[in-house]
Amino acid sequence: MNTVRHHVDDSPRLKMSGIVKRFGATLALDGVDLYLESGQVLALVGENGAGKSTLMKILSGAIQPDKGQIAIDGVPFEAVDPLTTRSAGIAMIYQESTVAPHLTVEANLMLGVEQHWAGFIRPTVLRRRIIEIFARLGRPDIRGDILTDDLSPADRQVVEVARALLIDAKVIVMDEPTSSLGFTEIERLFEIIAELRRHGVAIVYISHFLEEVQRVTDRYIVLRDGCVTGVGNTADVSVAELIELMIGRRLPDMFPTTSRTFGDPLLVIEGVTGNEPVEDVDLTLRRGEILGIAGLIGAGRTELLRALFGLDRIRSGNVTIRGQTETNVKITPADRLSQGVGLLSENRQTEGLALNLSVTQNMLLSRLQPFACWGWLDTHKMSVAVTTWVERLRIRVAHVDQAIAHLSGGNQQKVAFARLLHHDVDVLFLDEPTRGIDVASKAQLYAWIDQLASRGKAILLVSDYIPELLGVCDRIAVMHRGRLRAIRPTKQWTEHEIVTVASSGEETVV
Amino acid sequence: MMNLMQQWLPRRTALRNLAPVLSLVAAVLFFYAIPPHPGLTLFDLRLVAVHAMIVGIAAMGMTFIIISGGIDLSVGSAIALVSVATAIVLERGGGPVFALSVALGVGAVCGLYNGLLITILRLPPFIATLGTLGFYRGVAKWMSGSIPITAPTQGLEAWVSPIPTPPMLIFAPAVWLMLALGLFLVVVLRFSILGQHAYAIGSNEATARLCGVRVARTKVAIYVLAGLLTGLAGLMQFARLTQGDPTVAIGLELDIIAAVVIGGGSLSGGQGSILGTLTGAVLMAYLRNRSTVLGWPNFVEEMIVGHIIIVAVAVDRWRGGRAN
Repeated sequence: MNTVRHHVDDSPRLKMSGIVKRFGATLALDGVDLYLESGQVLALVGENGAGKSTLMKILSGAIQPDKGQIAIDGVPFEAVDPLTTRSAGIAMIYQESTVAPHLTVEANLMLGVEQHWAGFIRPTVLRRRIIEIFARLGRPDIRGDILTDDLSPADRQVVEVARALLIDAKVIVMDEPTSSLGFTEIERLFEIIAELRRHGVAIVYISHFLEEVQRVTDRYIVLRDGCVTGVGNTADVSVAELIELMIGRRLPDMFPTTSRTFGDPLLVIEGVTGNEPVEDVDLTLRRGEILGIAGLIGAGRTELLRALFGLDRIRSGNVTIRGQTETNVKITPADRLSQGVGLLSENRQTEGLALNLSVTQNMLLSRLQPFACWGWLDTHKMSVAVTTWVERLRIRVAHVDQAIAHLSGGNQQKVAFARLLHHDVDVLFLDEPTRGIDVASKAQLYAWIDQLASRGKAILLVSDYIPELLGVCDRIAVMHRGRLRAIRPTKQWTEHEIVTVASSGEETVV
Repeated sequence: MMNLMQQWLPRRTALRNLAPVLSLVAAVLFFYAIPPHPGLTLFDLRLVAVHAMIVGIAAMGMTFIIISGGIDLSVGSAIALVSVATAIVLERGGGPVFALSVALGVGAVCGLYNGLLITILRLPPFIATLGTLGFYRGVAKWMSGSIPITAPTQGLEAWVSPIPTPPMLIFAPAVWLMLALGLFLVVVLRFSILGQHAYAIGSNEATARLCGVRVARTKVAIYVLAGLLTGLAGLMQFARLTQGDPTVAIGLELDIIAAVVIGGGSLSGGQGSILGTLTGAVLMAYLRNRSTVLGWPNFVEEMIVGHIIIVAVAVDRWRGGRAN
């Protein structure tokens, strides 16, 4: 290890220099430099596979770099495992929640830093500090004795921030912290970030939401193919420029705008009440139409899609598909698929895809009949079909029998999407189709959604990402506490208005 | 102390802790209700307590394992192995203290081996202990020459005789020992780092690792602790039979796992309690005792016990489904 001593005073809080990491033949990181002052928020952006996760895994001690140094406050530091990083003051807050659901908030916070006497925990020692921390985060309502399982995802994230503060974290890495939050929860998170910054905590902020990056970060660093392609002050850069740095070219047009004519209604729902909170929803979806649904987390958008797809019960109301009305019928997803209705799950990791299975198995799972003869599958025909989709959707795979777990998020999502295309459904329910995937894959998905609509398919699109709804949809509906509050053509909406209706439930006067 | 308890006992577990007791009450009422309404004598109670004791002691260790998201299928074989080892020691003139040390030592080594297979070779606990289930049984047969070894008990049988001396004790001393250990382990589970880490690993292993919990070391410690309890159970098994039998306790692992599950333990980890487990062990022993009193053949008993496990797991699934 290089033993150059810095002046501890003016050295940055975190400095990573010349980080190189090679996985087999691929160079994941090629001499990456990163520095971060205390009280600063640094945006780390790049496409999936650009090396962001690898860089942060090195910082967390989960993997070791081949070359390069890390220093905290000028003191060289070797991240060998998660424990040393933690004690050096680096805390990671991952995209998916990492709290233990069966433990209380307090037990979660104390995990690994227990004050004890002969192995027996003395909970009172840290209790005062935990109360202080929640007060400082503006959340004195989160009590130590609450079971973490009973908290909302947003509150669990606050618990993770509190855990970082309890160990006096100097550097907090937030990986896609807003991807599962609604608008108000995002605002709260930004307040917390401001508070952390005031206390001199340095933050690495990883996000695909570039508008957010612009709002909340001071500096940015862009990675592409393991190299730094840009650093600077966030105030001096536009979203378009960031995208250019990320993908190395200008995206011709993120949102395609084909003009379409709408056909006859494919899906009509009247007064549908499902599981909490979905209540009394009316909606008409026509051929060639993309209808977006905005709303806060917990507004009932996913629940509505699940009920319509037969995953949850419809308690009352009518659903009409292609003119066939059904009332009080028990509908299963299999029925829906045979009616030509498909759902893309918001949760591709746990629901949408079987991660251990291959690309082929995942893509063809819902419709194997074309390849079957007396119950036997023609694997050659299958791989031909899958290869066609892989080429058309430009899915990056080593081979079609590769386990889907090894693909990047964007490519996994394309496989899930290809399943709907292979099934050739007419009505597509897309729940957060672009969550956690890279910009280029997003642009491709938008283009595909647009093309499908042009070919006369009908699409119901649920998304938290408002620019996407405004860019892709023909009409947008806003859901508030289980009810659809307003449906208007996209031209009559602004982002501000959508947020207002989603959070207050009251329609503004146009 | 009460305040401390409230702070650390998640509220939902209150209901969970009550469920096994309610099942036990239901079982008692059931057996009173069916003709010929067999009475429950003090001797019956004493017998139930002694029968629950061996399963109960081993099941307390299993509780730790199941809470941490693991499983131990080898426990029945390990009990047989311990009982054989104990018999050999006593047969060669060893004293009771020496026999106890050997029992605990053999049990701990069995647990250690399980723990190392699971952590170093990264085998799933189900597979690792399925392997050692056969292995420990084989070692027991090898050591004993495949025949039961009769040995002087050196007063050990007094610990497990249903009617204790003096009878004022009501239950056999081993039953009291089990209860004392149970209380101690309740405290360990709730208030020690090992206990909290067991819950954390079973609840979310990635989190535990992230928080700097030494996951592998903790798992090994849990299997060794369970091994010590298995050793004690094996010693008691020997004292009950007054011989070391290499074919004893076949299938006992199912009773032990069932006791944990009836007691509120979740096979997906993160949940379980010592007192619930002990109640589960008593419930199992009670069922077996009543079946005998009613003169039901052994297979009826097995059919009932099988479904009790199924119902307990189904209830666990149902509760888990609601929570998600």
